[in-house]
Amino acid sequence: MSTPVPARANAPERYYNYAYLDEQTKRMIRRSILKALAIPGYQVPFGSREMPVPYGWGTGGIQLTAAIIGPDDVYKCIDQGADDTTNAVSIRRFFANVADVATTEDTGEATIIQTRHRIPEKPLKAGQVLIYQVPQPEPLRGLEAREIETRAMHAYEEYGLQYVSLYENISAYGRIAATAGYPVMVEERYLMSPSPIPKFDNPKMAQNEAVMLFGAGREKRIYAVPPFTRVRSLDFEDYPFETQTWEETCALCGAEDSYLDEVILDDAGDKMFVCSDSHHCAERRAAGHVGPMAGHTLDQDAALKEPAQ
Amino acid sequence: MNAIPGRIAPAPLLSVEGLTKWYGHVLGCRDVAFDLRPGEVLGIVGESGSGKTTLLNCISGKLTPTSGEVRFDTRRFGLTDIYGLSEPDRRRMQREEWGFVHQNPRDGLRMRVSGGANVAEPLMNLGARHYGEMRQSTIDWLDRVELDTRRIDDKPRNFSGGMQQRIQVARNLIHGPRLVFMDEPTGGLDVSVQARLLDLLRELVRDLGLAVIIVTHDMAVARLMADRLMVMKGGEVVETGLTDQVLDDPQHPYTQLLVSSVLQI
Repeated sequence: MSTPVPARANAPERYYNYAYLDEQTKRMIRRSILKALAIPGYQVPFGSREMPVPYGWGTGGIQLTAAIIGPDDVYKCIDQGADDTTNAVSIRRFFANVADVATTEDTGEATIIQTRHRIPEKPLKAGQVLIYQVPQPEPLRGLEAREIETRAMHAYEEYGLQYVSLYENISAYGRIAATAGYPVMVEERYLMSPSPIPKFDNPKMAQNEAVMLFGAGREKRIYAVPPFTRVRSLDFEDYPFETQTWEETCALCGAEDSYLDEVILDDAGDKMFVCSDSHHCAERRAAGHVGPMAGHTLDQDAALKEPAQ
Repeated sequence: MNAIPGRIAPAPLLSVEGLTKWYGHVLGCRDVAFDLRPGEVLGIVGESGSGKTTLLNCISGKLTPTSGEVRFDTRRFGLTDIYGLSEPDRRRMQREEWGFVHQNPRDGLRMRVSGGANVAEPLMNLGARHYGEMRQSTIDWLDRVELDTRRIDDKPRNFSGGMQQRIQVARNLIHGPRLVFMDEPTGGLDVSVQARLLDLLRELVRDLGLAVIIVTHDMAVARLMADRLMVMKGGEVVETGLTDQVLDDPQHPYTQLLVSSVLQI
């Protein structure tokens, strides 16, 4: 025998809260963000919540976005520089859904850009917020497993250990071969992991006009680089920091100065290099730049047709 | 130690006074006091459970004693109680002026980075940022501890136990410490390797004029390395004196037992 459940008084509100997280949670995250901005590079612990995606899919970044987003924001989400990858599309749709914000692929137009593994090629402006998804916020973790010890190392500025990994790199490869997640010093005080962005993007963090927030959901840490902050990539006197370079240009837009992805085309070893920043590449093509492999309109049926022989 | 008349004894490098450590109601060590002068090698011997390691950990700043003082002649602050220093100052002093050779090289080495990087790490901790120079002094030190310098980039796990211990020794001496703690440095090694490592340690300690506190239960190691001995039993120092004096003419019944129980072949 079951009595019908009476309708709750707040039935119309029993929906989700604006931007998915409840107000208390957002408040807690905002407080952590403020603390992180006040101490650039310092990892602030926060009460990371369960999100509707698994850890490792950007739970930290999503919580940061949810805490700061408002209806007037224009939201962009990229994964490895591209706007059209599954994860980026899903997260963008999530916020269009729960926060009623406009979304965009245009770097210049966005007010909040959530990113995984890249900083957009177009220089960021004041007023923009770049939110990084961080898998491992602790740059020293690979060398020192004890949290209590790494915290002491940060507190007392004992960063000699980080150089051990660079030393290892040089002794093994003859150069600092680390390419992503290359450790940086923020304001000459805190050692920080820039999240796994390529070291190509490291120089963009220095003196950047935009606010940069880093969220690690599983590790429950938030850290930040406020605008116009010194960010220095570690190096040795005789092995200075350098970024990746390519002999090729972007096959589609001909860009010589952007970060390129290598794409394998067939089993015969053909490959192409394209801009990893999809919006940057599209914008350049629209402006008339042409790369060596550009100009093919995609024939959707070509793959289905019998090869003409 | 009795001062030789007419000679001014050098200021102590380390001065321990009334050092006591209780683990709850279990005694670690009680009322230990001694002075260590620059270049002196002090052996601490005793059976297992006698408080040797507790004492070593207390002196080396790893374990806060219940009472008593450990004063070290630091470069920056002069003779000062190490537990009175702030934690960052104490850690810096430990990095700059001390070395610690563990019994098990796994405790003293980073097993995931190469032997060369292990040896060079103290230099980086002290602010060296020139790869070429660090590489060269690492090679020099590997040579000094009689390791094949071509194996500089091998991981510690690819070295034998004795070689790992040599890497650990190089790592703890490269930055020019003034005091080195050794906890059974030859403990896990077979006898012939032990003898060669001891030989090497003795040579290095003499050449560098290091002060060493060495904990061992091996009377042979004590005899070879130490200038002075402290015999511990049940957490207390029962006898102390020059090594030869203690081993050849033991006064305390426990020391007599210890000396007479060394196996003769």
